[in-house]
Amino acid sequence: MREITYAEALREGLRQAMTADPSVFAIGEDIGVYGGAFGVTAGLLNEFGAERIIDTPISEAGIAGACVGAALTGMRPVGEIQFMDFVTLTMEQIVLQAAKVRFMFGGKASVPMVLRTPSGSGTGAAAQHSESLENWFVHVPGLKVVMPSSAYDAKGLLLAAIDDNNPVIFVEHKLLYKTKGHVPEEMYRVPLSQTNVVREGKHVTVVATSVMVSRAVQAAEELAKEGIELEVIDPRTLKPLDDAPIIESVKKTGRALVVHEAVEMGGFGGEIVARIAGSEAFDYLEAPVRRLAGLDIPIPYNRELEYHTVPQVENIVREARKLARGEY
Amino acid sequence: MFANGQLQPEVIRRYHEVIESLGPEFLKAMLQDMHTIRAFEERAEQLYGLGKVHGTMHLSIGQEATAVGASNALQDGDYLLNHHRGHGHCLAWGSDVNRMMAEFVGKETGYCRGRGGSMHIADVDSNNLGANGIVAGGVPIAVGVGLSIKMRKTQQVCMVIFGDGAANEGAFHESLNMASIWKLPVIYLCENNQYAMSMPVQKAFTIENISTRATAYNIPGVTVDGNDPLAVYLAVQEAAERARRGDGPSLIESKTYRYKGHSKSDRQAYRTRDEVNEWMEQRDPIMRFSALLTTAGVVSEDEANGMRDQAIKIIDDAVAFSDASPAPDVSSLLEGVYA
Ligand SMILES: Cc1ncc(C[n+]2csc(CCOP(=O)(O)OP(=O)(O)O)c2C)c(N)n1
Ligand SMILES: [Mg+2]
Repeated sequence: MREITYAEALREGLRQAMTADPSVFAIGEDIGVYGGAFGVTAGLLNEFGAERIIDTPISEAGIAGACVGAALTGMRPVGEIQFMDFVTLTMEQIVLQAAKVRFMFGGKASVPMVLRTPSGSGTGAAAQHSESLENWFVHVPGLKVVMPSSAYDAKGLLLAAIDDNNPVIFVEHKLLYKTKGHVPEEMYRVPLSQTNVVREGKHVTVVATSVMVSRAVQAAEELAKEGIELEVIDPRTLKPLDDAPIIESVKKTGRALVVHEAVEMGGFGGEIVARIAGSEAFDYLEAPVRRLAGLDIPIPYNRELEYHTVPQVENIVREARKLARGEY
Repeated sequence: MFANGQLQPEVIRRYHEVIESLGPEFLKAMLQDMHTIRAFEERAEQLYGLGKVHGTMHLSIGQEATAVGASNALQDGDYLLNHHRGHGHCLAWGSDVNRMMAEFVGKETGYCRGRGGSMHIADVDSNNLGANGIVAGGVPIAVGVGLSIKMRKTQQVCMVIFGDGAANEGAFHESLNMASIWKLPVIYLCENNQYAMSMPVQKAFTIENISTRATAYNIPGVTVDGNDPLAVYLAVQEAAERARRGDGPSLIESKTYRYKGHSKSDRQAYRTRDEVNEWMEQRDPIMRFSALLTTAGVVSEDEANGMRDQAIKIIDDAVAFSDASPAPDVSSLLEGVYA
């Protein structure tokens, strides 16, 4: 099968959605002639014109508001916030408007919008361009939160998110844009709220999101040489969460490690741990459920400091090995 | 001031007075600083090319006059809120080039101990409250600094520098209005370099001059030639006097041009090479100021030519300093989050 990058997969998904449905359009900063800060929309201006690939001034609250208003009135906007850090400037429109309008209006309106945004560190962009803020949105009823970890999921989840009649926060990762994977040419969907078992294994369940999924798979490959088999699970949609495959897996392995880049305290990992602890999997646990996540500090600029701020393959190997050997 | 490379006689007359009042030493230092800024930026780009810099950078080559004109119009004790394209402003403010270079390459001896990098250089001891990674991030902070000055009853002023792009963030409008209603000692300096990343000002505004937005907040608004350090100097000086008198904020738009791409990876598909060349050849701020000062007899041709070499030497020394500096130790990773 054909291999393309995560960025190309997103572009193809967006292109297909825009071709199939005239109500779909894209709006954001530098998404036209520049092609988006990470190149996701490159070339789409030529294909669809400036009325459907809309370059905006630097006005994030305006972009979010424009998406809400257009979505309320029959369009399916796909907004781009250039770096996830800048969602902080959209919070009122997303949290107090997009998320709540349907409920407040007694179910009589809907906000079918997608807000795409790149998260994460690893590029030396320092503290104001490296945030992983997905869990802020997980805390808001009315929103859906999606985090694709592969090129295949990126396209399929984007198309499903565009189809969805709710506001979807679509969290991409800077380090994934250039990674390649098999991506079918047709317009397929990866359904929202469908957790994916990425790799099967019987000793430790590793629940990972976004860029941590491939790191967990690499860790699994290394530990397999020692006879330790990790089961790597990617929720893909953080909210609403399909937790059944996670609970099933922990019933099998009796051990669980949750890995994400965002800061540990108050992060999504806490939710996964709580789901496991509050489920029938509790009786099967043979070890404490552990988390491995970003340190409780802003992302530093210096390359080595940055590297040590978030989980790397060797950290996952070490933690999972400790769990498997009962050395926690 | 310059038409087809020729200095117009009336310009020399217009500037005669201000040149007299500033004196040769001051003017020479301004020109030297412009050279130093350019040399810093050129070396920054080179170091980036050599893979010595992690992350990104925003170069201000072509915009040196705004930085030097603005900072020189203020006094010790005044405050600076800088933006992402801020190396020049930081140098013009008088910050130490060695520590800037060290920060740029992520060393422990850098202004931010290697934690901030190019986009976050701050020199708090000299009231340089830092560059900012967030477009318009510093603009509302200026309200707080202005309030603090007023409450502490000092004679300080706060200059906040931001780009044309920042003027389209909501925070810009809230900030100008608050500073206006409370008559805060704030100088809003909008460095209009014609583009916000790929967005030309012609597409992001329907007004000719961003300074006209001052009208909505009932404060003075002026547009100056941002490639002329004296024009910037005079405008900032007037705004500072007004602020110190207690008459409130001003908005100054300084029209200039960025020669390099927005950041490290920019194909510049949104503009033509001809446009860039025209600015470089016809309106280069260093070339113009150098010609003005030599024509006015303030510096000799030899002195003017030597300034570039001097700048390169300053930067060589800064690179030697940063090369010899230690990297931050990983064991210190958790430091500095809480007071
Ligand atoms: C809130 C926010 N939105 C977007 C960005 C990304 N970004 C960084 S600089 C920039 C362009 C800024 O343009 P302008 O204010 O004119 O300053 P210039 O870069 O031209 O100096 C953009 C879009 C950002 N850093 N912060
Ligand atoms: Mg600009």
